[in-house]
Amino acid sequence: MENEAGALSRVAGLFSARGYNIESLTVAPTEDPSLSRMTLVTRGTDEVIEQITKQLNKLVDVVKLLDMTDGPHIEREMMLVKLQAAGGNRNELKRTADIFRGRIIDVTDQSYTVELTGSGDKLDAFLQALDPGVIIEVVRSGVSGIARGARSLKI
Amino acid sequence: MPVARAFFYAEKSNNITSGEYQVELTGADIFVRSLHEEGVEYIFGYPGGAVLHIYDALYNQDKVHHILVRHEQAATHAADGYARSTGKPGVVIVTSGPGATNAVTGIATAYMDSIPLVVFTGQVPTHLIGNDAFQEADNIGITRPCVKHNFLVKDVRDLAGTIKKAFYVATTGRPGPVVVDIPKDVTAEKAVYSYPDSVKMRSYNPVHVGHAGQIKRALKLLVDAKRPMLYTGGGVILGNAATSLTKLARLLNFPVTNTLMGLGAYPATDPQFVGMLGMHGTYEANMAMHHCDVLLAVGARFDDRVTGNIEKFCPHAKIVHIDIDPASISKNVKVDVPIVGCVDNVLRVMLKELKAGDERPDAAALGEWWQQIDEWRSKDCLGYDRDSDLIKPQFVVETLYKVTGGDAFVTSDVGQHQMWAAQFYKFDKPRRWINSGGLGTMGFGLPAAMGVQLAHPDATVACITGEGSIQMCIQELSTCKQYALPIKVINLNNGYLGMVRQWQEFFYQKRYAMSYMESLPDFVKLAESYGHVGMQITRPQDVEGALQEAMQQKDRLVFMDFLTDKSENVYPMIPAGGGQNEMILI
Repeated sequence: MENEAGALSRVAGLFSARGYNIESLTVAPTEDPSLSRMTLVTRGTDEVIEQITKQLNKLVDVVKLLDMTDGPHIEREMMLVKLQAAGGNRNELKRTADIFRGRIIDVTDQSYTVELTGSGDKLDAFLQALDPGVIIEVVRSGVSGIARGARSLKI
Repeated sequence: MPVARAFFYAEKSNNITSGEYQVELTGADIFVRSLHEEGVEYIFGYPGGAVLHIYDALYNQDKVHHILVRHEQAATHAADGYARSTGKPGVVIVTSGPGATNAVTGIATAYMDSIPLVVFTGQVPTHLIGNDAFQEADNIGITRPCVKHNFLVKDVRDLAGTIKKAFYVATTGRPGPVVVDIPKDVTAEKAVYSYPDSVKMRSYNPVHVGHAGQIKRALKLLVDAKRPMLYTGGGVILGNAATSLTKLARLLNFPVTNTLMGLGAYPATDPQFVGMLGMHGTYEANMAMHHCDVLLAVGARFDDRVTGNIEKFCPHAKIVHIDIDPASISKNVKVDVPIVGCVDNVLRVMLKELKAGDERPDAAALGEWWQQIDEWRSKDCLGYDRDSDLIKPQFVVETLYKVTGGDAFVTSDVGQHQMWAAQFYKFDKPRRWINSGGLGTMGFGLPAAMGVQLAHPDATVACITGEGSIQMCIQELSTCKQYALPIKVINLNNGYLGMVRQWQEFFYQKRYAMSYMESLPDFVKLAESYGHVGMQITRPQDVEGALQEAMQQKDRLVFMDFLTDKSENVYPMIPAGGGQNEMILI
């Protein structure tokens, strides 16, 4: 997308105006400061996805659009989780974080903060592996995606 | 004399192109100079604090004529009527805050019907944006869902380039309204003026030429068709493709139906024309749609008022769809052969290929198909009681057609009168029928007629309206006086919000909630008080004479108040949820 004020609201507005659902959305400037890249996760039948694709392409601020699910691709999401870690469960929480290749990036005598990166499914699995009572706060970045191999979204 | 003014007077005799002189101009002068470059004749607007610098710059030139409306909604409708009747973009200027919000209805109207408008909105100075300043509104945010694109100009150095882009985006591809929001300080600051010769936007590249393989596939379907149908919409008019469409239809001997927005794209008096289709379309058009085996849709968007129940739409047809907007294809109805491109380009290629080859549709099958269509036609679905003692609204429109020789520009508002105008005024030429089809905006007709009349000063311009709609922009009678616009207002006055009353009669057991107005004005006196001619017509035998008398008053606006049958309904009708073969006939 053009890295311009209002570009993000055009996309978000299109989704709400036409009744499409945004599951997650991430956006940041690219190596070319005049462009920003957005990864948007949505769900729908083939017809709905086709219509979303066409409508997005009509937005003047959208420079190029790629449906990642048309080919092999990599999805990554980052999550920060603050956990209640006092007394007996500290070792257990550390082991669970290790199993998911999470890193503990902040420690107090009452809490751990875990940083975890992976697909959305992996992050969900980590949260499910925890006792819900220990979760104080969850921050998820939303999904970023890139195509595998030579396929790319480059202007 | 300031530098900018000197420049203005100098350039009248000296065609300065961009870059030759390093002249600093204020934003307001850049604005006006840019409109000159775009060849703008008329700008419709209303002044206010945020645009005063621009109005001062307009005052100092005589190329762009400013038309002062009485409400900003009318400015956008007038520019819209100008655009629809000429094919050129309509241009509007309004002030910040309420000026811009009043314009929104007109912008949304143009957006739904893909009409090229460039709307300039004033904005509070950049340092006050976001401060809840006097007459501040988020014009970009408010208009975003109803524009093709919009721009906020924060730096006077970007002004000329942005105006160029605005006209480019509004008029190319699928046209539409573009808003340019200009803060007051930007119109006061100075920059070196240079108007770009061309514009290139990496993210905006409309397609022009249709895919050759798809065109071949479409032609194969067309020549193999036994019961073909041409269904064409406003895109044919916007894309100036009426001539190509007519040639193709005649070469193939296919029946043609037009949407409400497409009327005039194919001559209505031609025997191959089966009338408008859709909710209030003709029996023959809707039955032919239902039974056709190949449907060629051109510049139409399968609107719900056309398709009726989508599950029952054209159940036997293979569908070819030509449209400039890929998002219109397979949006509501799955299409077999999509062709993205300018409709005129695609139709020309089709004609050329057909003429080069010798494949033609099966004449015997077509003969049978026409026989079937003529049988449907013989139902005379638009028939009405011609012996009534009351004025039938259909009769007024038919008589208007007769008196104007079918050659008037006709604008309308929204409701029953709009449908009768569409059914009974036979448009043989494109850009003659000016109505709000998509948004259905009451109040559109009179201001739209102003734009049409300005663009065509010698033409007959009739505004077919009702006593409900006309009151939504009645104040524009004052504008008509100021600019001596001799519009003929045909007020089909039945004392009811007729289309609302019709639905209440059919579907709400005659509970006429709020569809009757108790205290209508005396329209004759009202017209006279604005300085126009007012007439009231109460008997059928007076209709033709009155219309003739009105048409003879070439330089006066005549407001004709026809007191019509209060109980008349629009037929035929496909009720909501019905299929095209499930029409209510009278």
